[in-house]
Amino acid sequence: MAEKLYIEALREGLREELLRDEKVFLLGEDIGIYGGAFGVTKGLVQEFGEEKIIDTPISEQAITGIAVGAAMAGMRPVVEIMFFDFLTLAMDQFINQGAKIRYMFGGKAKVPMVVRAPMGCGTGAAAQHSQSFPGVFAHFPGLKVVMPSTPYDVKGLIKAAIRDDNPVLFAEHKLLYRVKGEVPDEEYVLPLGKADIKRKGKDVTVVAGSIMVIRALEAAKELEKEGIDVEVIDPRTLKPLDMKTIIDSVKKTGRVLIVEDDPVSFGWGAEVAAGIAGSEAFDYLDAPVKRLGGLDIPIPYNPNLERHAVPQVEDIVKAVKDLLR
Amino acid sequence: MAVELTAEKKLWMYRKMYEIRCFELEVDRLFKANMIWGTCHLSVGEEATAVGAIAALEKDDMITSTHRGHGHCIAKGGKLPQMFAELLGKETGYCRGRGGSMHIADIETGNLGANGIVGGGIPIATGAALASKMKKDGKVTLCFFGDGANNQGVFHESLNIASLWKLPVVYVCENNQYGMSVAFKKSTAAENVADRAAAYNMPGEIVDGNDVEAVYFAVKKAVDRARRGEGPSLIEAKTYRWLGHSKSDANVYRTKEEIEEWKKRCPIKRYRAKLVEEGVATEEELEKIEKEVEREIQEAIEYAKNSPEPSVEDIADGVYA
Repeated sequence: MAEKLYIEALREGLREELLRDEKVFLLGEDIGIYGGAFGVTKGLVQEFGEEKIIDTPISEQAITGIAVGAAMAGMRPVVEIMFFDFLTLAMDQFINQGAKIRYMFGGKAKVPMVVRAPMGCGTGAAAQHSQSFPGVFAHFPGLKVVMPSTPYDVKGLIKAAIRDDNPVLFAEHKLLYRVKGEVPDEEYVLPLGKADIKRKGKDVTVVAGSIMVIRALEAAKELEKEGIDVEVIDPRTLKPLDMKTIIDSVKKTGRVLIVEDDPVSFGWGAEVAAGIAGSEAFDYLDAPVKRLGGLDIPIPYNPNLERHAVPQVEDIVKAVKDLLR
Repeated sequence: MAVELTAEKKLWMYRKMYEIRCFELEVDRLFKANMIWGTCHLSVGEEATAVGAIAALEKDDMITSTHRGHGHCIAKGGKLPQMFAELLGKETGYCRGRGGSMHIADIETGNLGANGIVGGGIPIATGAALASKMKKDGKVTLCFFGDGANNQGVFHESLNIASLWKLPVVYVCENNQYGMSVAFKKSTAAENVADRAAAYNMPGEIVDGNDVEAVYFAVKKAVDRARRGEGPSLIEAKTYRWLGHSKSDANVYRTKEEIEEWKKRCPIKRYRAKLVEEGVATEEELEKIEKEVEREIQEAIEYAKNSPEPSVEDIADGVYA
């Protein structure tokens, strides 16, 4: 066990898969000598060469489509899209091609590819470089959607995503890159579709994803001082979504808050809420299901406005207290 | 010309063109008889492009196809019974009745699929070629697309990348003069699609798309170049679709005279006359081929008709691997 940054754990996961399977390669904008806009792939081109760590022109649609074609022809490409917002440029190839091909072709093709992208606000990058919308991708049949919140998870899940035979969207919140956590020295792979209980508690369940896990855990610490015992559940993958772990927790606590970084309207939190409402946990609810998420606005530039655009620790603290009232 | 065509290959090309023509006309008939659901895009008149281009490939090479893709699939070795079965939405079809006309694929024969998105197959072909380069498997990927696709951004993105990375891919534009109803001259600022090759530093060649041997020789040169590791080429085959864009087309955007003019350049009639004139085959021998093909087509339709419907219980099969 060693303490590592999220970005280091992610890079290690990529590196191990590159070493393990010669079919794995990386492509994206500025991922070579520059090391990627956020430094995720730093050092990899020196180790694996330009054949495996491929700098591409600024052509998101073609990069993604090339990954689809290479995957169909037997490779395991990992695409980096520089900012999550730029995924909109690649939607035809990712969705109409990558996600649908297997079904369209009667289950006779496979498209083992990963698209990684850094999302989220908090860096002053404004509306076109800050949005989180992994929930959108969970709406497309054929895709899997992963959004790890810790160094341990990001390493185990990137390896699982690369080994998966389906197209996977891998959402990395930029503010998580500098978060530290324990990472085992030995090799491990985490399953896609398994939620993780990040903190055990008995009074309230907080279901949070990605950066919101970190904020929920901080909120739980503050609430503990007031005698409130919060359970934090991290779905880790939106698709497949592990509702069982969430339902079991809600049955225990009777109260649930869902926190997401996506704009709250039509966000994945609504799916989780509906899953709870339609399950046996409904009978155990002592309060209505509560949700927090981003405001329905493009992310603003001004730091104070930006901060208020998505849930912060104090918002989670307040929402939990409201639930207990 | 350095490459000579054997009599065997010439007769194969004739047979495949005839197969495509018969297939498409039968599809038209079945559609009108309400046996085919949805829509389909027929390539009657464009047979020489599909056959000439694919004749230049080795068996293991790959292709990506388009919404007008029946001919590509047939020329690449697709089986008629499974194709008809797919069009009839049957479980025995190439896509188990889940894809239909616009999504027929046959990965085993290297057909990475037709595509319902104009230009959608262009980066996929480019990626398959990248895989071949990385695996050093010696394969070439041939990418079919129409004149409409040459104005999609992804066409430009992909050709640029393929040329930069010297990928073993050949881009074959089937310029049938219309993107649905809009004439090529109204959609494209360049005079020819092939002119755009210059922007991506690759050879661009225009060929008579109704002359199967001309298509073959142009594509063969490009395929050989790609296989030598010298990078991609862009070939524009000028041709014409006799029938409407899809099943809803009333042909209001072009004249009967224009259509008749192109019908005079029928790629199949032309090649038939040439084969007889050159002594490659007699009338009787060609008639024998035609009869065989017609019989195979009818057998394939019977197979499709008698095939089972997909089961609703299995509706979600194949979404995930």
